[in-house]
Amino acid sequence: MMRAEAVTDFAIRYGFLILLAGLVVFFAFAAPGFATPRSAVFVFQSVAITGILALGVTCTLVVGGFDLSIGAVATSALMLSAYSMVILEHPAIVAVALCLGMGALVGLVNGLLIVTFRVPDLLATLGMMFLLIGLQRIPTQGNSIATGMALADGTVAEGRFAEAFLWIGRHRFDLVIERLVPVPVVIFILIAVMIWLFLGHTRHGRLMYAIGSNERAAALAGAPVSAYKIGAYVISGITAAIGGILLAARLGRGDIASGNNLLLDSVAAALIGFAVLGAARPNAFGTAAGALFVGILLQGMTMMNAPYYTQDFVKGAVLVVALVFTFYLSSRRGSAARR
Amino acid sequence: MATATLELQGIEKSFGRNHVLRGIDLSLPAGCVTVLMGANGAGKSTLVKVICGHHQPDGGRMRLAGRDFRPRSASEALASGVVTVHQSIDDGVIPDLDVASNLMLDRFTGRGARLWVRDRALRRMAAEVAGAMGITVDMGARVAELPLAERQMIAIARAMARAPRVLILDEPTSALSAAEAERLFALVERLKGQGVAILYISHRMSDIRRIADRIVTMRDGAVSGLFESQPLDIEGAVTAMLGHRMTEVDIEARSGAAPVLELEGLVVRPGAQPIGLTARDGEVLAVTGLLGSGKSALAEILFGLRRPVAGRALLDGRPHAPQSVRAALARGVFMVPRDRAANAVVPDFDIADNMTLPFLRAFSRAGFLLARRQRAAAARKIDELGIVCQSPGDPILTLSGGNQQKVMIARWLLRPCRLLLLDEPFQGVDIGARRDIGRHIRATAAGRATIVFVAEIDEALEVADRIIVMHEGAVVGTHVNGRVDLGRLVAQISGEGVA
Repeated sequence: MMRAEAVTDFAIRYGFLILLAGLVVFFAFAAPGFATPRSAVFVFQSVAITGILALGVTCTLVVGGFDLSIGAVATSALMLSAYSMVILEHPAIVAVALCLGMGALVGLVNGLLIVTFRVPDLLATLGMMFLLIGLQRIPTQGNSIATGMALADGTVAEGRFAEAFLWIGRHRFDLVIERLVPVPVVIFILIAVMIWLFLGHTRHGRLMYAIGSNERAAALAGAPVSAYKIGAYVISGITAAIGGILLAARLGRGDIASGNNLLLDSVAAALIGFAVLGAARPNAFGTAAGALFVGILLQGMTMMNAPYYTQDFVKGAVLVVALVFTFYLSSRRGSAARR
Repeated sequence: MATATLELQGIEKSFGRNHVLRGIDLSLPAGCVTVLMGANGAGKSTLVKVICGHHQPDGGRMRLAGRDFRPRSASEALASGVVTVHQSIDDGVIPDLDVASNLMLDRFTGRGARLWVRDRALRRMAAEVAGAMGITVDMGARVAELPLAERQMIAIARAMARAPRVLILDEPTSALSAAEAERLFALVERLKGQGVAILYISHRMSDIRRIADRIVTMRDGAVSGLFESQPLDIEGAVTAMLGHRMTEVDIEARSGAAPVLELEGLVVRPGAQPIGLTARDGEVLAVTGLLGSGKSALAEILFGLRRPVAGRALLDGRPHAPQSVRAALARGVFMVPRDRAANAVVPDFDIADNMTLPFLRAFSRAGFLLARRQRAAAARKIDELGIVCQSPGDPILTLSGGNQQKVMIARWLLRPCRLLLLDEPFQGVDIGARRDIGRHIRATAAGRATIVFVAEIDEALEVADRIIVMHEGAVVGTHVNGRVDLGRLVAQISGEGVA
């Protein structure tokens, strides 16, 4: 009896990480070229933007909320930065500041809708998502923004993407090998570490978990519940805006069709993260690991020539397995512990 | 006395190591109201759940009208004519449906129920049922829109639609006004006349006087007294229920030092009498009263969750009118809220995190938590309160209810305070843990004023230096522990003896 319980416990804690390691080993042998630094960096690069968005949504999940607007915030930031530089001819720093401010503002509005006006989180952020998807198309009459594009009044846009801005998306730092690590990967890792420290090791993070677990108890213990909830949405808005900036800097144009998959991919990463280390709750390390898991799986499959259209199916399957892992196994562990 | 409709012999029930029912013998005669009295944790609700098929007894037997009765589920008990109306009314009705549908609900689920609902026929049949019970409500009204008493009537009427032989009412008047209760009593009398055996569970002395034909008292899972000679000896029943005239815990009432909290003409809710009250340093006060007596309102006012209608409170001589929980905490007013599952326990956290929740700032440096210090503080309190666990890192939900409650109380004892409020701290706590908690509250009482809000008299007697009785928002009595006139106390709680 004891043994079986210990095995279940071990499986819940380390199962996902072991699976991740197994996947790496498998692809290393099965797909030539997978186990190289460049390929590893490519995996990181492919998940950096969704990973950053996922870390933001993790914060809202921690306080018991949910942010559906992150994808739309990211694409809005993409369009806003392009509009700011190409049409308004702002320098890079202004474009970045505008995007971050927009993300924070959207987060604040989301938070106020949810806390002050008591709109359920899913509905408030769904509404915001719709609103932003529409709003980002209005200034350009639904067109993408590119350097030298024709404007409505017949003139040609004079502005262009600033070099400094493109640097954010395209520069690669040297690390042993020349030009290895791209800036977005560094930013992803930085944000992951910051959110991990914040949620896991500060009293603010602990109070946010308390709010997500029992809001009333947290309030009666003196926690400023509304402020923390709004704060979580502001963080989510800002990280989504950062994701959008990175996307714009990589593409070098305000592409209206980009970022369609951002929302689903990042939510999936955050939910897969529940299963890591048997946490059974949102956590930054799990979210980053979840994003990497999906990235590694897709990279390996691509290198083994799996067709691109199988990707969403694979992601979905991973998500479902991870959710079963989290909810079924850890509920069993919970009931065993209670006995 | 008529023959017994329902007879219980030697009913036993345990949950794990917790022996809740220890051989209950009980008979319910037809056409007779038997009142069941018992303190919290005496096993009343478990007994009710055994009778209504919710729990299976571990031993003993039940006979219904002379035949063996062992319901394996609530619906089986219902089918045999044993009907229970539970304490929370909304369990007995479906608020979003109209009265007629509520009354006839069982016709929808029964075997051979028709697919189509014919509203007119439904209302006609429902009106017949209601008429037989003396209920006059619009059959088309939505139940959610009716006053509490009407809803209660409908819950009972729904039960009666099955022509029961035994009716169990669990604290049916706890949420009713006096006039509403009177209508309920009329209904009970009518059912009694129809020969139904009624088991009536209540703490309200006025109810018991009004309606009881006999009284059975329970204590610690056993029947401790049976009173059926008229006039009923209610004082004797209270004694049998508590098992002692005074508490077994010896309390030397302290009078306390300097006043910490002073209430001056505080009005807790519109229409209530102003309250004057002083709580002193080192003193433990118990405020007791029925549901709706205003004791929870008073606790909430002092903790910044509610504003008084008039009057003021002074804390250490300075006005205390907190606008928020944080403001109350800043003045050193701490509260252990009632209903720990809803208001206190953070289910995802371990013991240490749960305990240190309000004081995380003190357990962190530059915002970063010092886990070792949290654990050390928790370990100390685990020791002091005798919390049964393996380590401060145990998930809170692995603890028993009593131990969880100890953690919730330890939470607010981690730091010194000026005024400690405990709202029903003994709710859902076994007797051992209750004694531990009471002892610890008294042992740490110096340096603050402590107010314990409890509905049960024996809990007040176990912990307090002084007992304050509230009724309808007013203070109606003050007793110094050790010299308590129990009869008077009980009378004041139920609102009698108030001039």
